Amino acid sequence: MKNKISPFLPLRPGTQPDYLHPSYVSSILRSPRQPLIVVPQTLSELSGPVFGHNGFGEFDNDLTQQHAGAPLGERIIVSGRVLDENDRPVSRALVEVWQANAAGRYMHKKDQHAAPLDPNFSGAGRFLTDDSGYYRFVTIKPGAYPWKNHANAWRPAHIHFSLFGAGLLTRLVTQMYFPGDPLLPYDPIYNCLNDERAQQRMISSFDLENTVPDTALAYHYDIVLRGRDATPMEEQR
Amino acid sequence: MSFPATASQTVGPYFSIGLSYLNSVSVCAESAEGEHISISGQVLDGDGVPVPDAQLELWQADDKGRFAGFDPGESGATAEDFQGFARIPTDERGVFRFHTIRPGTVVTLEGTSQAPHIVVLLFMRGLLKHLVTRIYFANDPRNTGDPVLLTVPPERRQTLLAEPTAEQPEQYRWDIRLQGENETVFFAY
Ligand SMILES: [Fe+3]
Repeated sequence: MKNKISPFLPLRPGTQPDYLHPSYVSSILRSPRQPLIVVPQTLSELSGPVFGHNGFGEFDNDLTQQHAGAPLGERIIVSGRVLDENDRPVSRALVEVWQANAAGRYMHKKDQHAAPLDPNFSGAGRFLTDDSGYYRFVTIKPGAYPWKNHANAWRPAHIHFSLFGAGLLTRLVTQMYFPGDPLLPYDPIYNCLNDERAQQRMISSFDLENTVPDTALAYHYDIVLRGRDATPMEEQR
Repeated sequence: MSFPATASQTVGPYFSIGLSYLNSVSVCAESAEGEHISISGQVLDGDGVPVPDAQLELWQADDKGRFAGFDPGESGATAEDFQGFARIPTDERGVFRFHTIRPGTVVTLEGTSQAPHIVVLLFMRGLLKHLVTRIYFANDPRNTGDPVLLTVPPERRQTLLAEPTAEQPEQYRWDIRLQGENETVFFAY
């Protein structure tokens, strides 16, 4: 018997950052100096872990309901679709998110920013996309926070996203930004691509349609994972 | 293709908030079939300083070369007690350690076979996108015919080999060096 299996298409040049980006100081000692070695795709990378709801908590898709009280800040709904480069929905993708609270502080022992912690906000969520690749979660808008990269460095407001699609080579960790953030032009992480359009794809859009009157504003954010060749190869067994 | 892929961004320093619920010390259950082994090592930066905030994600085949959840063909599905995936953070000394079974041979798309290996995805602050590498086993005669290892210059292949420790041969040592002498080989696909 033969499995039909499609290799992944090469990523388009310019869509992904280089490892060494000296203005992002942490990359200097942590980026490889030898060029990556291009190797054939095999079943080991074309397959990948498949996740279910196992281990999910009741409010993993609503970060505003994980504690006894409501968190401080501006309540928002974030939704969108996970697609591949062929514009096909990625269903049952595991999406994990984490973020700072409204004051720009993470619930993490290493975060020393002198902004208050919010006992009603942990800042972590997880969910699966549905059959149409659609996801939706409720949270509060994260605050900007200072970091030590350079003098007076502040990260623009962002939500960290981690995704497992179909196949290990679709693995993606990215950050979602907010439209109109005045800090974006100064952020070396956001600006790691030197490609305006590739960077703008990481900015969510204000989503009036999905706001809930008197309750929550909304942002829309689509994510595109690496796509497979449309014509499958025969895998010999 | 109509849409370019979304850009990768670093996990930053605080990823454990969102990612640690999948943390594990084991790629499979103690009851899984196969030769049970453990692998440990250290992640080191360009100054040789241990990286205390890295995360490894491991993906491997079972002892018969089958991947969990993947269309099994005629060799059958993996057993319930074999997940094949684990997420392992480094500790404050940059050390990681996990338990697994030695994987079987896995076919390539061309039908040749690959030596036993574990795919490793590496995440940390400072990496704008994750790195991909593989763990092979130093004492495995199948390494000589492995199509991926053969693509790697011979003098760099040993960075991909886990070495059995002298005291306990079922315990392997495999370090990750991000830069410098013996920089680990990382792959692009
Ligand atoms: Fe952050």
